Amino acid sequence: MTNTIKQIFHSPKFVVGFCIMAFILLSMIIYPLVNPGNPLEMIGLGSFQKPGTYVSLYDSIDSSSTIFKLPDAENNRISQKLKDEDRIAIMNWLIDYGVSESDINLSDTNSLLDLWWKNYDSSILVEGMTKAKRNYYMRLNKSLESAKRTEEYVVSHTDKELNELETVRTIENTDYVNIQDVANVKRLPLGTDNFGRDVLKELVSACGTSLRIGLIAGAIATLIGLTFGLLAGYVGGIVDDIIMFITNIFTVIPSFVLLLLISYSIGQDQRGASTIALVIGFTSWVWTARAVRAQVISLRKRDHVNLSKLSGHSLIRIIITDILPYIASYVVMAFILQISTAILAEAQLSMLGLGPKTTEVPTLGLMMNWSMLYAAHLNGSWWAYFPVLLTIALISFSLNLMNTGLDQVFNPTLRD
Amino acid sequence: MTKTGNNEIYSTEEKALCLSGKGVTKVFGSGDKKCIAVNNVNFKFHEGEFVSIVGESGSGKTTLSKILLGLLNPTDGEIFFKGEPRDISSIKKRKEYWKGTQAIFQDPFSSFNIFNKIDTVLLDCLKMRGVKRSDKQEQVRLMTEACNFVNLKFAELTNKYPFELSGGQMQRLMIARIFLLKPKILIADEPTSMIDACSRATILDMLLKLREEIGMTIIFITHDIGLAYYISDSVYIMEHGKIVESGLADEVILNPKAAYTKRLINDVPKIHEAWDLDTV
Amino acid sequence: MTTPMLEVKGLSTKYVTRFKENVYAVDNVSLSLEEGQSLGIAGESGCGKSTLALSLMGYYFPPLHYMKGDIIVDGKNISGLAPDEVRRSILGNEIAYIPQSAMNALNPTQKIINFIEDVIHAHNPDMSKMEIYQLAAERFETLGLSADVLKMHSVELSGGMKQRTVIAVSTILSPKVLIADEPSSALDVTSQKMVIKMFRELMDKGFIKSMIFITHELPLLYNVTDRIMVMYAGRIVESGTAEEMVFDPVHPYSKGLMNSIIVPESGVRDNKLTAIPGTPPNLKKPPSGCRFAARCRLATDECRKSEPKVQHFGSNRNYRCRLTEAQLREEHSND
Repeated sequence: MTNTIKQIFHSPKFVVGFCIMAFILLSMIIYPLVNPGNPLEMIGLGSFQKPGTYVSLYDSIDSSSTIFKLPDAENNRISQKLKDEDRIAIMNWLIDYGVSESDINLSDTNSLLDLWWKNYDSSILVEGMTKAKRNYYMRLNKSLESAKRTEEYVVSHTDKELNELETVRTIENTDYVNIQDVANVKRLPLGTDNFGRDVLKELVSACGTSLRIGLIAGAIATLIGLTFGLLAGYVGGIVDDIIMFITNIFTVIPSFVLLLLISYSIGQDQRGASTIALVIGFTSWVWTARAVRAQVISLRKRDHVNLSKLSGHSLIRIIITDILPYIASYVVMAFILQISTAILAEAQLSMLGLGPKTTEVPTLGLMMNWSMLYAAHLNGSWWAYFPVLLTIALISFSLNLMNTGLDQVFNPTLRD
Repeated sequence: MTKTGNNEIYSTEEKALCLSGKGVTKVFGSGDKKCIAVNNVNFKFHEGEFVSIVGESGSGKTTLSKILLGLLNPTDGEIFFKGEPRDISSIKKRKEYWKGTQAIFQDPFSSFNIFNKIDTVLLDCLKMRGVKRSDKQEQVRLMTEACNFVNLKFAELTNKYPFELSGGQMQRLMIARIFLLKPKILIADEPTSMIDACSRATILDMLLKLREEIGMTIIFITHDIGLAYYISDSVYIMEHGKIVESGLADEVILNPKAAYTKRLINDVPKIHEAWDLDTV
Repeated sequence: MTTPMLEVKGLSTKYVTRFKENVYAVDNVSLSLEEGQSLGIAGESGCGKSTLALSLMGYYFPPLHYMKGDIIVDGKNISGLAPDEVRRSILGNEIAYIPQSAMNALNPTQKIINFIEDVIHAHNPDMSKMEIYQLAAERFETLGLSADVLKMHSVELSGGMKQRTVIAVSTILSPKVLIADEPSSALDVTSQKMVIKMFRELMDKGFIKSMIFITHELPLLYNVTDRIMVMYAGRIVESGTAEEMVFDPVHPYSKGLMNSIIVPESGVRDNKLTAIPGTPPNLKKPPSGCRFAARCRLATDECRKSEPKVQHFGSNRNYRCRLTEAQLREEHSND
């Protein structure tokens, strides 16, 4: 036994798969402890806020500030406003204006802007330029000028009695606030989704739900498959015929169609995560049953089974002690594969809107469904779907990797 | 040597019938795929007799052994156990039959459940013999006795798994199992074909010792006609599911009548007589 | 004196297991094989005879590793060659190898002639298909196989026929040494006899110059080979002519082996079979001193401590034991 475990952990494939899975499981356990709260809480108004650290503007004003005279502050301010496409537009204008291309350095913000300030004049008409384009350049110029501005901002609040503005504070462009002193800072490593929910928190929770669905569905499918396979293979005869008949029926009906029909007929209100898991489990046992049956038929002819019969052991005892241990490794592998298929099946169902009901728990499939419904893929909010996609891929990748790793250990013909 | 196999002191007439069969036939499949593995076979095995069934692969000797063991039901024909028709229709009757009929199989490596410790096999036998589970002392005493019989040390074997033993040791343990069960009939299905010549001698020796000790009928199934000649009192030669020749070992091997037996003997390499390669 | 077809000097090879343990399966083996001679190697399972067969080809791939020693085929040392070089210029051409399950090596989708074309093209790319067919047909007819076999697929042949076909295909280039490892063990006696007959014909017609035959079936070995070497735990413990080895073994291990011979001959029933007690040693940690000491009736503390030297007597008989020939004979006669 210990030797087998040693062998399993000698298989690089298994170890890689195991590490990925362990990482996923660990983050599922640790993250909610660090960051408690309801994963479906809508914290943000407005949808699809991009990932990053959000600092409360309100609290920043009250925080004590200090002065830093940083040489590149102005440049940073400008480059924050100056996107890559703006740089290219500036270059195009300059070239059209008559500056030679070799003088322009796109990556050097200072020299580019120097050229711009020196040459640009909104009154100059460049030949062949549309009005829209001209307006764009004027807007760009204005925004760049505002970034160059050095006057302070005045923060004031309204005195209700006198009905006039009372200056609270002036803010210089050299004022800085330590982020530690700001009372409210929200880190959203994966931004928010369409409902303004923290995607990372949702993802961690969804990961747990999906794995639970996978485990339940996998366990059900393996249990049914194992029981049917053992009975059909070992008892044989009429029992085998009946079970194989049922199995064949399930084989010829595509299980996904069956899954869709059952899910649909259950209805949205009844569909919890566990119901979906049950439905998936009851539709995916077929291949396990077939494979177990084949294995058992070859085992049944082995001499140790004959010997066990001659020793007067009962059918149940022979199955449990003389057949089951031999196929245990195979069943474990089938189980792992079933988990991975069930997670994918849940994702597929949910994408089609037939997943668990949407108000209780997030699942990986539901998250995909939401981001698809609110067109995250069209407006470039990659953080709403890409991490989910990656997680699904990682989970099934790690499970499959562990499966092949185990296969190499248990199946001598695949050993190198 | 404990062998009593020489014919001067052995005569089948004096002994009582132990297992006999009339018109035993086994057919696998049906229609075009029909395969007659055992074809209308008659046999008479006497008490305390060492019988060999010799045949090449595909001759149906293993199927016949399974029928004798009661693991397969014959399609046709009848088998008599001590003169009475054998009845193994119910599980209970089968268990009763197996108390008196046991087997050693060809492949020692597949005869053991690799997940169980070796003691399990012997403990099962004790349970079959009716030794109480609580009587640890008696159990150890019997198991030690059985292991001594096959020249194994019980103390070294406890807590070992089958893969820690060699093929010869495993096969010896199977004999220890038979020693504990003390059946009336032992069916040995090629017990030496998977182990090398050296351990083979040990196994044969022990089979003879078993017969001496317990007085059982041994049905030895083999493809090696030399081995059959060396060890048995009488032989049955099987070809394509039929018995082509049977009789006392000396008569059949030294003076074969059937063409198949002649060919079989002629084709085996010998050391004192020349091996005629031209008559192929 | 002519150069021997195959000469091996101090060959040692090992297996490296998955857990990086070394198994010293062949230890310091030397042998010499003259033209027209056949050499038998006998021993229990696990004594290293199959590994020796693989090692003699000079074609090493993991887990088998070459350690030291020379393999000289017809005056040419092949032990230093790279595996690819060995495969291209030695195998098939100089040395042919036939394992027990050789008959399963035939791809069922190919005709027999295709295998022959593959073999010949690997060594002689210029030969035309017609020439190859003629050569193969002639060779098959000579060996008692019909030329029709060439057009067949392997599934159309019986087990014995397949094995003979494989032998004919692998010796098509007339190799100098044929190494056959249990070539007939999986066959029934009649097919076995035909395979042996074929080996003899190959030898008589000069299609192979010499042969190494490995089996644990001693009567077979006696009938096929001129000389027999007995191997134990990776070492050669005794060698001599077939006659001498079967009827007059000296080493206690060979003596034990020869005592286990059973043949269907009158008188055999009265012989006493003796078995060698115990099991072969674990070659991961070979015992010091004589490797057979743990199972030897005659072993003393001296045997367990120091390695026995190879001793010679008669015309080219060698054995590895501390005791002299006379002492051993006396011990054997006391049985």
